Amino acid sequence: MKRVQFEHSPIPYLFVAPQIIIIVVFFLWPAAQAVYQSFLLEDAFGLSSQFVWFRNYSDTIFSAAWLQAFWFTIIFSTLVTALSLGLALLLAVKANEVIQGASTYKTLLMWAYAIAPPVAGLMGNLMFNPLIGDLYGFMNAVGFDFDHKLDPYDAGFVVVLISVWKQVSVNFIFFLSGLQGIPKSVNEAALMDCKSPTRRFWTITFPLLAPTTFFLMVINITYAFFETFGIIDTTTQGAPGGATTTLVFKVFQDGFRGADIGGSSAQSVVLMLLVLALTVIQFRFIEKKVHY
Amino acid sequence: MNRSAISTHIILICGALFMTLPVWVAFATSTHAPETILREGLQIWPGGHFLETYNEVLFVEGGVMKKVTATAMLKNSLILGVGFAVGKVIISMLAAYAIVYFRFRLAVPLFWVIFMTLLLPLEVRIIPSYKVVADLGMLDTHAGLIIPLIASATGTFFFRQFFRSVPDELLEAARLDGATAWGFFIDILVPLSKTMIAAILIIMFVVGWNQYLWPLIMTTKEENYTLVIGIKQIYQVLNEGGELPQFQKAFALTILATLPPVLVVLIFQNWFVKGLVESEK
Amino acid sequence: MSGVHLKSVRKTYPNGAEAIRGVDMDIQSGEMIVFVGPSGCGKSTLLRMVAGLESISGGDISIGDRVINDVSPSERDVAMVFQNYALYPHMSVRGNMSYGLKNRKMDKAEIDKRVNDAAKMLKIDAFLERQPNQLSGGQRQRVAMGRAIVRNPQVFLFDEPLSNLDAKLRVQMRIEIKRLQRRMNVTSIYVTHDQTEAMTLADRLAVINDGLVEQMGAPMELYNDPKTLFVASFIGAPQINLIPVKFDGTTLSNGALQLAGFSGLPENTDLVLGIRPDVLRVSGDGQFEMRVDLVEQHGGENLVYGALLGATNNEGDDLEVCLKGDKEMLPDLDGTLRLGFDSSTAFVFRKDTGERLI
Repeated sequence: MKRVQFEHSPIPYLFVAPQIIIIVVFFLWPAAQAVYQSFLLEDAFGLSSQFVWFRNYSDTIFSAAWLQAFWFTIIFSTLVTALSLGLALLLAVKANEVIQGASTYKTLLMWAYAIAPPVAGLMGNLMFNPLIGDLYGFMNAVGFDFDHKLDPYDAGFVVVLISVWKQVSVNFIFFLSGLQGIPKSVNEAALMDCKSPTRRFWTITFPLLAPTTFFLMVINITYAFFETFGIIDTTTQGAPGGATTTLVFKVFQDGFRGADIGGSSAQSVVLMLLVLALTVIQFRFIEKKVHY
Repeated sequence: MNRSAISTHIILICGALFMTLPVWVAFATSTHAPETILREGLQIWPGGHFLETYNEVLFVEGGVMKKVTATAMLKNSLILGVGFAVGKVIISMLAAYAIVYFRFRLAVPLFWVIFMTLLLPLEVRIIPSYKVVADLGMLDTHAGLIIPLIASATGTFFFRQFFRSVPDELLEAARLDGATAWGFFIDILVPLSKTMIAAILIIMFVVGWNQYLWPLIMTTKEENYTLVIGIKQIYQVLNEGGELPQFQKAFALTILATLPPVLVVLIFQNWFVKGLVESEK
Repeated sequence: MSGVHLKSVRKTYPNGAEAIRGVDMDIQSGEMIVFVGPSGCGKSTLLRMVAGLESISGGDISIGDRVINDVSPSERDVAMVFQNYALYPHMSVRGNMSYGLKNRKMDKAEIDKRVNDAAKMLKIDAFLERQPNQLSGGQRQRVAMGRAIVRNPQVFLFDEPLSNLDAKLRVQMRIEIKRLQRRMNVTSIYVTHDQTEAMTLADRLAVINDGLVEQMGAPMELYNDPKTLFVASFIGAPQINLIPVKFDGTTLSNGALQLAGFSGLPENTDLVLGIRPDVLRVSGDGQFEMRVDLVEQHGGENLVYGALLGATNNEGDDLEVCLKGDKEMLPDLDGTLRLGFDSSTAFVFRKDTGERLI
């Protein structure tokens, strides 16, 4: 809050109006609609609808397909988050140590941020294409009986690999900036107090990076939940047999392809609750953004 | 160089290869003839069909889509990227300005309304959002593509944070200097935020360019496709098979879709990093 | 030109905190008034109320004959120099100085003339096209002054303008501000917590404590004739020696310390004896002794610090006193000095109310 502000007037309302109007029309209203529709059952032609309480929820959420998607999303998010964070942390620590060529490494490691998930997806898909993809050939040559079109684990491997690849750069940027934010004097003091570099890292550097790590965990989980849609849609499309269908992909599939508005809305509402939980966790622990 | 320095470099080089090699291979492969690709697989060295492939993709009708060229899609992507970035910056700055510099009754509730957008990613309200845009007759329009996306809690919070760090005395001095609310915004605050604006524009251009789900459902006509959506179509064509698969064109399209945002990030690297790190705080 | 008049001015914050608790003050046209007091005393708040940056909860502030309580800051015809200068970082020096005039729709030739004149007067005419971050602290300070001068206001307001400068520049700018103010003869209010700055700049000083004006008057008047313990202790460097004492009808005493020659003081009441360091004298028949701890040599004069023998402060520890002497005064450390003073130069205050009795 500023010490001095402009007096009461209609001006502030004019300034916030564009933002608020967009939010109401394109965020709040549709969200409310989703909640409303999640309680309705429409007939096949969309001509009449009936209020069915929680039937859409019980029908979809307890269905085997949804549960499959749920567990896949959990495992997928955990893997993507853990792997991309781990890899990015390793690279950031090394890039922070190195003197020669530091800026070149930095550039090469962060530039992939600019690539869209579906583009990464298509690229990966082509690499694994049985007709031309050397990665496909390689996997089989080293002894895996690899077929991501048929084998659920192989398909999962492909989407995890691409999703991790796409996310490493963001994590790298944040870790590196977190590392560079540690005051030089702290590192120097640690250097005098502790001989082993590994021990120094785990007792000094890593704890100081904890806020960054926590923040990135939330970001990565959100990414794995939502933004990987583009990767799934351009690689496996949830196949084989729904083995790589994430919750978001399922909402899209049921809503647009399957035209099951009620079921898709019910799933949306469940997702909203998940986002809410994530956000609450984020702010409970970070509490940076919201000091009103 | 001692042993640990060498191992550091080895790790970094492996990391750099992991991040760059796939894109390089995509580029190299895109410059080969389809027969070569089909026969030999992915290519690590560039071939002789660069001009041929990219010319066909960029300029020849039917070269990549049924009708539109990649140039047209490039234009659509550019409009989306720029419109998205500029729109976000403008409405975020205005809202942040009102929240930080004015005392008004609805300030707190409106702040929370803006905050709510964080809880409602597009994915959870996709079908009703589509309906709203359809009802407003905004399907297949640039406005319909851009406007619903530009509300931004992150952007608003970012500028709010920045405005709060501007010394109070500047407003006081400006008020003694007779500046109006609008005058202070335009004459003082906007010029002061120049680097912040640039940083956010860069990030948001990339984010806008890379939008996928929204344009996917919003655009039904080929002439409105962005490059990222074009990718999806290429994917379907490849999957459906038919005659000789045009892998080189698919790769060329991924390269074209990647190049502009990558260039922006590389050229404005420092601003980009600053904007990314600051805006997410 | 016009004076500034404050009539039972109050400031109460929404949370109930009272920053200003009824201030009356008449500032004559062309006068330089300094508000001085410890941090948090309300001096800046009062200045900002004159500027229009803080609202007024009660009373009236007028400039000349015009009550300005509800006039917006830009229409009060005041200009302000801020502590951190508040220069617009993205504008050149010229831009900074002319911004307020442009907002007043003044014509360009007149703006240029005023900016050039002010710049010349402040010796910043060589930097007019530079950005603030290319200037030194002293130059920024001048630009901030220039921005105020070009407005040609009825009142100048200074909010601790020198506190961001190093000691040497501070002295230099202090003199310049005084000269400028003399020359332009504009009513000025200057806020500082530095009593030296206050003493040297002010035509009249207002010592502010806890939202009230303790005493207002010419600097030497406040030095020689403080009305309260607070004013006596705030004005004067080094600080006045304060000795807690009791009166028994003839003598002021603190432990073994006995000072005769006082009369007409209340008995059985906690009193405080105040003796300025420069009225203490080394003399064989003085009233008390001090044990020397430390000698500070300031060049032209020396300050001798030590403990007053036989007396204790309120916590029961040694009572520290300071004596001002010439540069030849170099007593042995840990030795004792016998000191005396003329009781007519000492002050006696009530401890509870701070009121001065003698």
